[in-house]
Amino acid sequence: MTTPTAPMLRIKDLQVKVRDSDKEILRGIDLEVGAGEVHAIMGPNGSGKSTLAQVLAGRETFQVTKGEVLYEGKDLLALSPEERAVAGIFMAFQYPVEIPGVGNLYFLRTALNALRKRRGEEELDAMDFLALAKEKMKLVAMDPSFTGRSVNEGFSGGEKKRNEIFQMAVLDPKLAILDETDSGLDIDALRTVASGVNSLRSKDRAMIVITHYQRLLDYIVPDRVHVMSNGRIVRSGDRELALELEQKGYALVEPAVRQEAAR
Amino acid sequence: MTAFARSLRESFELLGERPGRMGLLRQAAFARFAELGLPTTQEEDWKYTNLASLAKIQFEPAADAKLPTIEQLDRLAEGPAGDGGVRLVFVDGRHRPELSSRVAGAGGAFIGSLRAALAERPELVERELARHADYQHDALTALNTAFIEDGVFIHVPAREVLSAPIHLLFVSTAQGKPTLSQPRNLIVLGVGSQATVIETWAGLSDEVYLTNAVTEVVLGDNARLDHYKLQEEGARAFHIALTQVQHGRDSRFNSHSVALGAALARNDLRALFAGKGSECTLNGLYMATGKQHLDNRTLIDHQSPHCTSRELYKGVLDGQSRGVFSGRVLVRHGAQKTDASQTNKNLLLSDEALVDTKPQLEIFADDVKCAHGAAVGQLDEDALFYLRSRGIGQDAAKSLLTYAFASEMVNLIPLAPLRTRVRELVTSRLPDWEKLKEVA
Repeated sequence: MTTPTAPMLRIKDLQVKVRDSDKEILRGIDLEVGAGEVHAIMGPNGSGKSTLAQVLAGRETFQVTKGEVLYEGKDLLALSPEERAVAGIFMAFQYPVEIPGVGNLYFLRTALNALRKRRGEEELDAMDFLALAKEKMKLVAMDPSFTGRSVNEGFSGGEKKRNEIFQMAVLDPKLAILDETDSGLDIDALRTVASGVNSLRSKDRAMIVITHYQRLLDYIVPDRVHVMSNGRIVRSGDRELALELEQKGYALVEPAVRQEAAR
Repeated sequence: MTAFARSLRESFELLGERPGRMGLLRQAAFARFAELGLPTTQEEDWKYTNLASLAKIQFEPAADAKLPTIEQLDRLAEGPAGDGGVRLVFVDGRHRPELSSRVAGAGGAFIGSLRAALAERPELVERELARHADYQHDALTALNTAFIEDGVFIHVPAREVLSAPIHLLFVSTAQGKPTLSQPRNLIVLGVGSQATVIETWAGLSDEVYLTNAVTEVVLGDNARLDHYKLQEEGARAFHIALTQVQHGRDSRFNSHSVALGAALARNDLRALFAGKGSECTLNGLYMATGKQHLDNRTLIDHQSPHCTSRELYKGVLDGQSRGVFSGRVLVRHGAQKTDASQTNKNLLLSDEALVDTKPQLEIFADDVKCAHGAAVGQLDEDALFYLRSRGIGQDAAKSLLTYAFASEMVNLIPLAPLRTRVRELVTSRLPDWEKLKEVA
């Protein structure tokens, strides 16, 4: 693995709290992710993994109090969520939202065309879009009947996660952030979703895979593994770190946590 | 006496004495209006809608109307006239045969003006006219009754099925002075007959005017009426209307009400089950913005057993607007096996918008199935973020979620051309909709 001279994403001392409260969640995150790399972020509940994902996607319920995030050399935090999407950032939601009354496929086409328009590309007509959608649905073995339904409405947990990866395949982002995409999936659904994700790995695309369970990393093999605890990255390593965690559990990072606390 | 009441007395005196039952009816109704006066917010039925601004205005009966063009009328309807349906046009409350379709008398149905019907078929009209809409307790119904002149009269004989819809266009053209029109409509469906009526109420003027309308619907046994009402009055208009439905046994009334226009509107809909086995479905959508005030009041009176009522009203309130839903379901003693459900849902798009919702269920029978509920909410922040994170801009995302809320009511309209028109009316109010048009 080679690290490019300028990484796609560079996070420096990122500190975040819940807006309108004193609750600190991220206490100084440093992370660099280069094009083509897959980084896994692991950690126990409440360590700040999902907050990091949401801050990167532009969620306004969180407030950055310190630090910076550079994406392709530019200040990511100055962009609205929709501008980040235009810039090529995609987050697969931990809890995809149900939107009754809005057709799944129509929604996705509107999103894709909004991105294409903002990027100065030609919008896709209904026929071309349908062809693209059908091709991408195969990646996650999605039932064509999902397309006619409202966004995530009445979908099972696994169907919702597949729908996220399907959206990612269609929107073709440069930086994909998968927030606990494996949570709640049975092993068959996990394999399907992971194979969809793997097919989207490329030298131009970076991925941040957030997970609570080492199991996912048997299917999506990361280049780097980071362990978060109490709002900080306390360990970083290669895939071996994930295996070590598997054996020793999050107790492995406990000494690091204690050290942090003692400081 | 208020300026309003004074101007109405002058107008009433100008009408002069009328002979016969109609003359007596008008006199009695005006006397009742004079006694009652305009309702105030002290009265429970008007608690949320204040007519004080109306009381200060002197209205004149509309005269010398500048007639709308056929193109204007075509835009108001969901397409040109003549595609199988019948179109009747009323300008400032007065039937305009020159703008209306020629109605062939085939099959014995009467579809025309109340004025003509009172002259030609008085016995048919007077059998039902003013016998259902209560002017003893309702000042505005009394006022309308005092000024009965014109409006629509539809009479469908027993077993006749009118498959093509009847479009009624009520157009106001106020110019300069505040004007008043008071159409009076009567729709009588014989035993086993069926009809579809679309009412469009529109203003071609941004002047102040008042529409005070009363529509009585009389359903014979086993009859069915599909009724649509689109309210798109002018920006400064007052729209007050009562639709009173009298159900014979086993009859059906399906209502779709869409309220979008007027500065202040009060839409009163009352269905009374006089015979067993009847059914009514009341669907409503109201969307207000700016300083609009849209009041919906419904009463479903279960007087007979084995009747079913379904009611769903949705409101979208933006700006400093105010919405009211006051729905009463009354299950009277002996109305066993009543099946009633009532739901009101509201979406507030701004911090300054307000809605008063008051669903009421009063049950005096013991073997019934009744449910009701009301909800008021804002746009779902999670859904908004989800859409934005996929690249849909903030305004467009809000519009999309607003449409998703309102579209349930649009999609309940079974007539395709009308559904399309209502969808256009709804979406034309949503910011950045052009980016989303294919979603609908």
